Amino acid sequence: MSEEQNFGWNREQMAERAAQDIPNGAYVNLGIGIPEKVVRYVPEGREVIYHTENGLLGMGDAPEPGMEDPELINAGKKNVTAIPGAAYFHHADSFSMIRGGHIDICVLGAMQVAENGDLANWSTGNPDAIPAVGGAMDLVAGVKTINVITQHVTNKGYPKLVEKCTFPLTGVGVVSRIYTDLAVIDVTPEGFKIVELAPGVDFDYVQERTGCKLIAA
Amino acid sequence: MINKQVNSVAQAVANIHDGATVMIGGFGEAGSPIELIHALIDQGAKNLTVVNNNTGSGHVGLAALIENKRVSKMICSFPRTANSTVFPELYTKGEIELELVPQGTLAERIRAGGAGVPAFYTATSVGTPLAEGKEVRSIDGRDYVLEYGLKADFSLIKCLRADRYGNLVYNKTARNFAPIMAMAAETTIVQTKEFVNAGEIDPEVVVTPGIFVDQIVTVDSPLHESELVAAGEVYP
Repeated sequence: MSEEQNFGWNREQMAERAAQDIPNGAYVNLGIGIPEKVVRYVPEGREVIYHTENGLLGMGDAPEPGMEDPELINAGKKNVTAIPGAAYFHHADSFSMIRGGHIDICVLGAMQVAENGDLANWSTGNPDAIPAVGGAMDLVAGVKTINVITQHVTNKGYPKLVEKCTFPLTGVGVVSRIYTDLAVIDVTPEGFKIVELAPGVDFDYVQERTGCKLIAA
Repeated sequence: MINKQVNSVAQAVANIHDGATVMIGGFGEAGSPIELIHALIDQGAKNLTVVNNNTGSGHVGLAALIENKRVSKMICSFPRTANSTVFPELYTKGEIELELVPQGTLAERIRAGGAGVPAFYTATSVGTPLAEGKEVRSIDGRDYVLEYGLKADFSLIKCLRADRYGNLVYNKTARNFAPIMAMAAETTIVQTKEFVNAGEIDPEVVVTPGIFVDQIVTVDSPLHESELVAAGEVYP
C-alpha cells in the first residue's frame, strides 16, 4: 500500500490531479469511470457546474440511500441529484450545449491517444463486438477543452499513448491534456510533452511505456 | 371540443402498422413509456424500425419488444448497457439490423426531422468510421459531415402532466428525447402520469406545446423498468 502511494498516482490521485486544472466557473462534462471521481476533488472556493448529456446542468452528488429517483440519472445511468439552481432540458438542447461550444471542459477515458491528439475510446474495431458510441464523438467535436484520464498502459502492458491510434477514432486531433498514473502530459504541435511526473517516476520510466517519443518538461 | 385523450394504452397503439418507424422516448429507463411498449407488444405490429438511445434492459419494455421479434432495425447510439442481453444476442446472430448514430447527431436528426430541416452538417464523427460514405464539406476551414433529418410514423413518449390539448410537462431527466420525438412523428402518442384541466399548466412552463401531440393516455402508476429487471420479470 505504501509502495503504491510512493510510486505513481492511483485512480483517486489521477482524478484529484485533473480536478486542479478545472477553473472557477467552468461548465464541465465528465465521462464514465475515473473521470466521474473528479467531482470530489475540485479545490475549495471554486464553483463548477456539471453537465450530464442526458439533460441536466447542475448535477449534484449521488442521492442518500433510499432517496434515489429513477427519473434523475446521469449519462452513465447512475442515480444523481440536482443542485439548487439546476436546469433540465431535452437532448437536442443538451447536445447544442456540447456541439455549440458552450461546455468548457470534458474529462474522458481513453483506449488510445495519439501524439497529434487523436482519441480512440469507443470501439476496438473487433468485428464480433457490439458497437456503441453514445455521446463521445459529439463531446470531442464540440467541447472547448478535452482532457483524458487513463492508465498509462493497458492491462496487458501495451502503451495507450501512441504515435497513431490503431483502434477506430472517436475524434481527430481533439485531446489537450492527459492524466495518467505516471504523468501529466500535454498534446503539443511537437508531440507529447511531459508537464509533471508522478511521485517516484522519472522520464525514462514513462518513455519506456509510451508508444512514441516524449518531450521532457 | 379538442380532446386528445384516449381511454386505454391498447386504444392508443391500435393503429401502429407492420413496418412502421417508431420513435420511443427514454434514456435507459428514465422516460421509457413502458406501458405503451407493452401495449404495442400485445397489439402485435412487427417488422418495426425503432429509434431509441439504447436497446432496453432485462426482458421488459423495449428489450421485450425486441425479444418478441417485432423489431427488424434499431437506430440508436448505445445498444449495450448493464442488463442488456436481448439485442446483443440477436445482433450477433444477424437477426436484427443496427444503425449506430452518435448521441448528439441522433438528437439533432430527430429535431431536424420535426423542424422541417431535411439535413445538416456537423463536426461530430469527422474522420471516424461513422462518417464513412457520408458527404464531407469544409466550412470556414473545418470539416463537417452531412447528416439527414429523421422522421417517424409514430412516437411513444412519457410525461408527467398533460392537458386535453396535449401540452406536456416532463419529470427531471426523463424528458430526454421526448420533446423532439413528439415533433418528428406523424402521430405522437403520450402516456402521462397526471391529466389536468386546460389552464392548469402555466403556459410559461409548457415544454411540449400540444400541436406536437395526437393521443394521450393516463397511466397514473407507471412501472419502473429497473424494478422489473431486478425482479426478473419477463413480458408478456
